[in-house]
Amino acid sequence: MTPKFKAQAGTFESSDIMILIEPLEKDSGRKVDISSTVMLQFEADIKATINKVLDTLQVKDLHLIAKDKGALTQTIEARVETAVKRSLGIQEGTM
Amino acid sequence: MKNAIGVEIPEYIEGLGKLEPFQGVWKSIIEDEVPSTNISRTLKAKKPHASKLCKTLEEAIKKCKPFDGMTVTCHHHLRGGDGVLMKAIQILDEMGIKDITLASSSLTSAHDGLVPYVEKGMITRIFTSGIRGALGDTISVGKLKYPAIIHSHGGRVRDFLTGRIKPDLSVLAASAADEEGNATGAHGPSAFGSMGYADIDARYSRNVIVVTDNLVEYPCIPSTVRQHFIDYVVKVDSIGDATKIASGTTRITNSPMDLRIARIAATVIEHSGLFKNGMSFQVGAGGASLAVAKFLREDMKRKSIIGSFMIGGVTSYGVDMLNEGLFHSIFDVQSFDAAVSSSVLNNPNHIEISCDQYANPNNCGSMTNKLDVVVLGALEVDVDFNVNVITGSSGEIRGASGGHSDTASGANLTVVVCPSFRGRLPIVKDRVHTVVTPGESVDVIVTERGVCVNPAKPNLAAKLKEAGVKVVDIRDLKEEVEKMTGIPAEKQLGDQIVALVEYRDGTIIDVIYNVKNLS
Repeated sequence: MTPKFKAQAGTFESSDIMILIEPLEKDSGRKVDISSTVMLQFEADIKATINKVLDTLQVKDLHLIAKDKGALTQTIEARVETAVKRSLGIQEGTM
Repeated sequence: MKNAIGVEIPEYIEGLGKLEPFQGVWKSIIEDEVPSTNISRTLKAKKPHASKLCKTLEEAIKKCKPFDGMTVTCHHHLRGGDGVLMKAIQILDEMGIKDITLASSSLTSAHDGLVPYVEKGMITRIFTSGIRGALGDTISVGKLKYPAIIHSHGGRVRDFLTGRIKPDLSVLAASAADEEGNATGAHGPSAFGSMGYADIDARYSRNVIVVTDNLVEYPCIPSTVRQHFIDYVVKVDSIGDATKIASGTTRITNSPMDLRIARIAATVIEHSGLFKNGMSFQVGAGGASLAVAKFLREDMKRKSIIGSFMIGGVTSYGVDMLNEGLFHSIFDVQSFDAAVSSSVLNNPNHIEISCDQYANPNNCGSMTNKLDVVVLGALEVDVDFNVNVITGSSGEIRGASGGHSDTASGANLTVVVCPSFRGRLPIVKDRVHTVVTPGESVDVIVTERGVCVNPAKPNLAAKLKEAGVKVVDIRDLKEEVEKMTGIPAEKQLGDQIVALVEYRDGTIIDVIYNVKNLS
């Protein structure tokens, strides 16, 4: 699947993560940008978690921007899933 | 050589001399001989009726004949609003003085401006109880010529008395002072309350300048710092930013997490066996720590308990408890908000004390040794109950030793309050990055997920369990938390020692290495 809309999920609160998704042109693949307050400690982990959700949902041609304030893995998974579903137009929400 | 908690301590550091390894909380204080390298007071002279007043701080500093390699001291009662320390360093730099040892009782956000002076080698040594912000980062990456020494509040007094810190020039800010240098922080437009840290500087420094924005008619009453120690007095327009020096009253946190931790901590105190008439109590000024006072206040009223004294680190919340009659007195070495200043000034049971009386391990009457219960915060704790309050998640210096290890060593019950994790970073570790307070002096660690009792206190654990407190093994707690957060990547450290943590008895308890990446 490929995203149809710009979408977001999450907040900038501590222990949460803000996920923004932008559709990209066909065959552009997947671009993920991460910034985090715990980058030094958990960069690889955050990246792996986000990619795992994107793999599971089988989405491509998107730019995902993650701004993390120390969210736990489950929170990251939920925020990414919600943002993806909003961008696909299969879940209601902001943007 | 390894110290008692297994940290490798260098025997000698250039610029700082020989180091002694930490041997245990009371080992060197009680079993060894008291150090004999005591300093004597400087002999001074002044002609009758001669004036001490100088037109500018610059004039006063020049009269003190500053020299390369000198030690300059200040107090940190003006906290984030301090405008005096920076001014003094700026003047000394303009005079071309270099290789300065700075020994301020603590350093705050107001001292980020020291960074260029450290970088160009004008300041080469720092003794202090706390370092934060940009200055902390600068030292953490290794830009101070010799390692910084982090001491406790009590340890600073000891360092003065043993000659480890030899003050040549002390610039002491006051919110009111007279022409002879009698000075106080209790009144005036920039009032900051107790002036307890400045007492030792005034008594033992070779040259003492009192700086005030409020020159009052002689004599200044009351006065903490007394005229027979003071060389010069300067009236300036401003000693700093009054809104950051002391403002309003301290509010109890609204954070549900902190309140939950505080509630549990108050229950621990109630069932510790120490919750009775005559109890003495100290609590920190931040987050969960101060919130413990809120619940203790309710519990004391419910059980009609009247305490003996509070010490600290005093907030308006403590003053309210004094005024309600829940405690007989407050011994105040440092006041945290504007409402405290008027209590210091007007309430005879609110007693200003010097840091010497507060926490010096080498006198025979420090208040911390008379303390029943202390509640302290933590950046990290470990399975051996060691506490870190100085280095952050990247290993950078960003905190303060303060009175943490002093009070922990003296109190009958030392309670450390902290969340089990903060923004995904687990707080309970196998080993904290930097030990400031050794686990030997910590009895209980309270988190939102349970209470850990030091295995050395089995009776306390039994009492708490009987009272229905959720007591957990600290290793189990660590595992539970790591399951949620994951295990953080190792810190990227170099092999340059950038700071030493001096225990209150003058021995070295831990070593801080340079960080390669700052978050």
